[in-house]
Amino acid sequence: MSDATRAEVCAVAVAEAFRGDGEILVSCFGTTPAVGARLARMTFEPDILMTDGVCSLLGNVDPVSGDKPEAVVEGWTPFRFIFDHLWNGRRHVMMFASQIDRYGNQNFACIGDHAAPKAQLLGMRGAPGNTISHKTSYWVSNHGPNVFVDKVDVVSGVGYDRARELGPQTSRFHNIHRVISNLGVFDFETEDNRMRLRSIHPGVTVDEIVEKTGFELVIPDDVPESASPTSEQLDLIRNAIDPKGFANKEVRV
Amino acid sequence: MPNKRTTEAEAVAELRDGMTIGIGGWGSRRKPMSIVREILRSPLKDLTVVTYGGPDAGLLCKYGKVKRLVYGFVSLDSIPLEPHFRAARQAGGFEARELDEGMLQWGLYAASLNLPFLPTRAGLGSDVMKINPNLKLVESPYEDGEKLVAMPAIELDAAFIHMNRADARGNGQYLGPDFYFDELYCMAAKRRFMTCEKIIETSDFLKEGSLHTLRINRTMIDGVIEAPGGAHFTECPPDYGRDEKFQSAYAATAKDPEAWDQFKADYLDVSEADYQKKVNER
Repeated sequence: MSDATRAEVCAVAVAEAFRGDGEILVSCFGTTPAVGARLARMTFEPDILMTDGVCSLLGNVDPVSGDKPEAVVEGWTPFRFIFDHLWNGRRHVMMFASQIDRYGNQNFACIGDHAAPKAQLLGMRGAPGNTISHKTSYWVSNHGPNVFVDKVDVVSGVGYDRARELGPQTSRFHNIHRVISNLGVFDFETEDNRMRLRSIHPGVTVDEIVEKTGFELVIPDDVPESASPTSEQLDLIRNAIDPKGFANKEVRV
Repeated sequence: MPNKRTTEAEAVAELRDGMTIGIGGWGSRRKPMSIVREILRSPLKDLTVVTYGGPDAGLLCKYGKVKRLVYGFVSLDSIPLEPHFRAARQAGGFEARELDEGMLQWGLYAASLNLPFLPTRAGLGSDVMKINPNLKLVESPYEDGEKLVAMPAIELDAAFIHMNRADARGNGQYLGPDFYFDELYCMAAKRRFMTCEKIIETSDFLKEGSLHTLRINRTMIDGVIEAPGGAHFTECPPDYGRDEKFQSAYAATAKDPEAWDQFKADYLDVSEADYQKKVNER
């Protein structure tokens, strides 16, 4: 669909990141990931579990914007249970990254030395435990060389080089699946798990991505274009999931 | 029948400079703020504060009460970054012992079970290991031989929690959606204080909520304090939600010294009774 917005293309890429997850808990940071996860659940991944952002597992899908239907509660997830759940491993989280490097080490804790930060950000939160325990993907709404960096200032989420150093036993649940930015989709499906350009969003060039990435990406000879939403997907995004188009405000073009 | 009723002033008078205290709740949710305000009015200093941090951490850091902060995050929830905490971090006024959220639970749980540590995979490979040089690894004694983080017990000198209901004997009841980690703080501490919205008769607990809401029993508590509005401006459902307007005004004072002086004079240099009166008069 030619009239899809960049945010809608990103939402489809997010949904694709959850393809094949089956009956696991999906947690998202950010608006576009929230739209994409709901899109996956309403189409090809009907079994994924999602919370209302507080303590309830919802049996129905709550929209990101617009009128909320009455919640159908299918479970209870106080933070205590979430921690158990994530160490158990049946979860796929999509976090944001203030910085991310070629091996998928992620930082949203602070900029500068942790002992004397130039800018305090979110903190470690659950990133160390998430990344060593279950599938993790990242969302970046403003792709630039200050986000895709040669070296992150602080490692909150563990990347492939560090996971490898821990050995196969300790890193057996580590799985950085996708990085989705406003420019393209990236994965780590290379011999040494360096970040690879998987697809570029319509209207973006490989040169632009290279210019806005602070390290050398693995770039295949033929880079496909990211899938545009089908008419069914556009209808769901615009009429059921995000009628007010909140995701469009999050994504830079 | 023991009557454990006491006051914020008496509870805080038990604290000494350099002590380690735990503060229950989560972010800007069901925090024992009347206790925090009492600590702000006291001369206490050099505290080690253990918390899933919200405005408790922000205010204690702003006042220079904190020597060391042990935390997984500090957030106001609807405002993702606690601005006073952020300013204090960037000014470098205290030692930041930042942990993965799950590791903090594990440390409190180990202390609550009188164990020296509990093993976990969380932290491995991340800079949590660098930020906390005290962390050591332990090898599984079984066939797997896996190396894990030995998360040390976080022992507390005192713990403070806020509940919706309590009785005078020290039983406590939460009526909101989440019980957070409150009983772990109490079980990890030498002295344990519970503020509550309302003290009720023991026989009335099950009129307020189901059996499952009785998370705190009286072995966990030394002192009970009736503090209506005691969690303000953090949320304490179903009694009240977060006071977003007040929280926004509080957050805005981080970038405006004059606004901070006014906020402090209006709300923090006054007694708890006057605080509640001023909040209600707005």
